[in-house]
Amino acid sequence: MQHESEIREPLILGKKSYHEITEDIVRPIEGKASKYWYMLLTISIICFLWGIGCLAYTIGTGIGVWGSNNGVDWAFDITNFVWWIGIGHAGTLISAVLLLFRQKWRMAINRAAEAMTIFAVMCAAIFVLLHTGRPWLDYWLFPLPNQFGSLWVNFNSPLMWDVFAVSTYFSVSLVFWYTGLVPDFAMIRDRAAKPLAKKIYGIMSFGWGGSARHWHRFEEVSLVLAGLSTPLVFSVHSIVSTDFATSVVPGWHTTIFPPYFVAGAVFSGFAMVLTLLIIVRKIYNLENYITIKHIEYMNIVIIVTGSIVGVAYLTELFISWYSGVEYEQYAFLNRATGPYWWAYAAMMTCNVISPQLFWFKKLRTNLTFTFIMSIIVNIGMWFERFVIIVPTLCRTFLPSTWNMYSPSFVDWGIYTGTIGMFFTFFLLFTRYFPVIAQAELKSIVKSSGQEHKEKHAHGHAHAAHH
Amino acid sequence: MSKAVIHAIFDDEEPLMASAKSLHAQGVHIKDVFTPFPVHGLDAAIGVPRTRIAITAFIYGLTGASLATLMMWYMMISDWPTDIGGKPSFAYYMNMPAFIPITFESTVLCAAHGMVITYYLRCWMLPGVKAKNPDPRTTDDKFLMVIETKEENKGNIESMLKNGGATEIHHK
Repeated sequence: MQHESEIREPLILGKKSYHEITEDIVRPIEGKASKYWYMLLTISIICFLWGIGCLAYTIGTGIGVWGSNNGVDWAFDITNFVWWIGIGHAGTLISAVLLLFRQKWRMAINRAAEAMTIFAVMCAAIFVLLHTGRPWLDYWLFPLPNQFGSLWVNFNSPLMWDVFAVSTYFSVSLVFWYTGLVPDFAMIRDRAAKPLAKKIYGIMSFGWGGSARHWHRFEEVSLVLAGLSTPLVFSVHSIVSTDFATSVVPGWHTTIFPPYFVAGAVFSGFAMVLTLLIIVRKIYNLENYITIKHIEYMNIVIIVTGSIVGVAYLTELFISWYSGVEYEQYAFLNRATGPYWWAYAAMMTCNVISPQLFWFKKLRTNLTFTFIMSIIVNIGMWFERFVIIVPTLCRTFLPSTWNMYSPSFVDWGIYTGTIGMFFTFFLLFTRYFPVIAQAELKSIVKSSGQEHKEKHAHGHAHAAHH
Repeated sequence: MSKAVIHAIFDDEEPLMASAKSLHAQGVHIKDVFTPFPVHGLDAAIGVPRTRIAITAFIYGLTGASLATLMMWYMMISDWPTDIGGKPSFAYYMNMPAFIPITFESTVLCAAHGMVITYYLRCWMLPGVKAKNPDPRTTDDKFLMVIETKEENKGNIESMLKNGGATEIHHK
């Protein structure tokens, strides 16, 4: 059996038997939903429906109903796309990168984080599918034989790379998530009392039985999927950044974009995981599994990635000055002091200054503070994408094309709608799916559980005494 | 000569592991073990050979890379070469840098999905398949060992299992 050092804090608090873990994880699924759940679901569905209304209006009338105009032709759509897809990155980082690094604390949070990834990528997809203007022709994005005399898509274009990257990312994340869910669905199936629940979870569990051969293959598949997902997740946001970086627009044409986007993505994604899990652990009484230590670990990731983002901002400023290119210099001066200075100020405050507060242990182990910070970080990261896109496009090479951008109610409506959709799906997930990967968690009870760690420490003390 | 099937249930993984090791050492055929979570080392202890599923992933990945290469060569270089933004499509190797992202994504796509489909088929796990565990408690907190043996060895093995810490023994 694996041994873990006593000085590492336990990852499972209290005295938990395998059966008690089963009971704790299955309680929200078998029990009745609280009134808070219904309240949150109602609010989310209302936002979602409002978004569907705005989406239908856009499709019926055209993207002229948005605030985008001739100069600022990318605005809310791409801002929101990059924001959502960035949020998704934390899920893959937790489930894949932390698996490769053998970080056991991932086990309590990976399921919910991966669900977040999938829902976030779905939200992101809405914006890219819609911004083409004629979404019923979106199949033109794929290299299909067509009636135009075999005019193919352009594989030199980063927008085309995006099509492949995002669709691969979504489908691989979905498969990774589902493969992990199968043993947990089997657990729910085997104890379900209601015939309908037994039937549904039976179908979803694919007949899983927990045979040693199947666990052996399961672990190998998880490891290889983690190995494939790790470069995949880095490639996705790198490719998203090349949508900007391969253009000739000053302020976008920078080689720093791929790593800077990836760090920003992980930064905002971890913030979203914190927002969600601080609520989930409270509502479903999972404090023994998602401990303060887990929250602290995530906050440490936020300090690291937040600092990388901060260094990237400063590097961009330095390089624009050092390049000696006046257009480049103006682009950054305009971001900081131009008509959208307030967006730049919000970005700098939320992303560079505020995460540094997590250097204080008191603050990074404080739940209320962490919760507020997690929202501030996501507001900051939204502004980052806004600052990259709108102030840049409203002041390009030709001053006669300069104009301002303000979002229309439809822009806000679709954005609100995706937030509603995200929370609707996430709330349904917490109610019907096991929120914690219980099978994996059971495998660390004997090495990282509080009871076993204390017993082990006592054993040592006893031995030393003699 | 009749065959006997023994289902032995354990409450914890340590006695299960010890019993599996000693039985396997004495040449008893352990057909399978059903556990609520992956017990590390158990697969080796009962003689499960290392899975080759990672090799299939590699082959699927190579297929994905080749298909993407072939597709982009055909569409951009052979079928209708176009000069887009001053970047003419003269030869594959000249355009290759721009093709790397999609080649990579296609490799991952095929490797991941190919491997996962192989995994589900090899384990025969599909929607609607009957639950494979003989006892529903094995997905909660019980460990079940399935032993196939000759009728005359039954008593001997049963006493070994009981001594090893099995809490329940059933005959099938």
